[in-house]
Amino acid sequence: MRKHLLIVCLSAVVTVFLAAHGASAGQVQVAVAANFVPAFKDIAAEFEKASGHSVQTTSGSSGKFYAQIKNGAPFEVFFSADDERPKLLEDEGLGVKGTRFTYAIGRLVLWSQDASLVTGEETLKAGKFKHLAIANPKTAPYGTAAMQALTKLGLWDGLQSKLVMGENLGQTSGFLESGNAELGFLALSQVMDDKLKGKGSRWDVPAHLHEPIKQDAVLLTTGEKNPAAKALLEFIQNEKGRAIIERFGYALK
Amino acid sequence: MLNDLDLSALWVTLRLAGMTVLVLLIVGTPIAWWLAHTRSRWRTVVEAVVALPIVLPPTVLGFYILVALGPYGPIGRLTGVTFAFTFWGLVVASAFYSMPFVVQPLHAAFEAIGRAPLEAAWSLRASPFDAFVTVASPMALRGYISGIVLGFAHTMGEFGVVLMVGGSIPGKTRVLSTTVFDHVEVMEYQQAHVLSAAMLIFSFLVLLGVYIVNRKFPIHVS
Repeated sequence: MRKHLLIVCLSAVVTVFLAAHGASAGQVQVAVAANFVPAFKDIAAEFEKASGHSVQTTSGSSGKFYAQIKNGAPFEVFFSADDERPKLLEDEGLGVKGTRFTYAIGRLVLWSQDASLVTGEETLKAGKFKHLAIANPKTAPYGTAAMQALTKLGLWDGLQSKLVMGENLGQTSGFLESGNAELGFLALSQVMDDKLKGKGSRWDVPAHLHEPIKQDAVLLTTGEKNPAAKALLEFIQNEKGRAIIERFGYALK
Repeated sequence: MLNDLDLSALWVTLRLAGMTVLVLLIVGTPIAWWLAHTRSRWRTVVEAVVALPIVLPPTVLGFYILVALGPYGPIGRLTGVTFAFTFWGLVVASAFYSMPFVVQPLHAAFEAIGRAPLEAAWSLRASPFDAFVTVASPMALRGYISGIVLGFAHTMGEFGVVLMVGGSIPGKTRVLSTTVFDHVEVMEYQQAHVLSAAMLIFSFLVLLGVYIVNRKFPIHVS
């Protein structure tokens, strides 16, 4: 009886294991920087339709992903918000050589839920607000760009007491959408998302006020033998993928 | 070793933990007392509410503070009071988050004392408040020590709520746990190590202390 039970248990374990393994065929695990998530949702849907593969997306900040990938996270493709971390991963042998490319160039906006608040840089100069939200300049490239723009406008020091920082752009937009911060710097792509499109007021920050936000993607060594991962990277670089990226307000190289 | 930002985060963390414990002693004592002595059928409901933070993810609390208690939430619309991005907002959140760690030891201590010593005090014409101050609270000392230490330590480790509603303002809402997180994000593993090790040793010593106190001073019930 005991032996019998053991065999039943073992075969159950084996079945589950095989099922899990079988399901991972044609699947790709992707780490996506928060700013690119709205656009990537559309891309993933189109890609799944066209290829039959399925995409598992995790969103977060580039810095966190870099640390996780270094410590063995199972991501196969990484869409970063900068061009520094994918290069580091490639140099460290965690990214596949020659697969790194700039998939988008980010644009910074100053956005508010309030339709009449943001009119341009004069809104920042007037300072009629309690909280200005930015992504953490230390951890998020769009935060760095916001800091550069404020510094160039000569407002960085004066606005210190009003700054609140989100851990990444996703969190920063949470501060703004909940109204806890009246205005803040986001990626244009977030404001182009269906949820926020046409809402509130915005000022597109001129590109000369900050370093270009070059966003690179890289195939990770974990996904080197996964056809779905390669297919996804090809899809992003062909016309369909590029059209979606442009629609969300990114510039292309 | 530690830069100014780390030190200011340490200071904010200690202030937050201290304030939270103070608030919880004032709010938690009557709650624990009521739980220990009431015969109301609401008792189990209140007990469950007090214990909620043990099972509830802190991010849930953070989310409600951000959205339900934000300027567009009912309280925000009525009073204009919001909790995000302020030190006191974090204190309020932490008080909820650490409540069981203060209330439960107190509740257990008050229950262990029972009614007999209090009835003796009342028969000697002590007012209820007097009986509480001179008889019950010294007898519940162990419960107070456990509650203070555990509440303090638990608040030191708070992360989810602070990340959701803190806004990482140096000297106001930037705490140790989020600082460790930031260090890891930007590959400053050395500083992350130092802070993490300090937190680990501190937490261990705190718990060790609580267990030693618990062994040394068992509750005497005559």
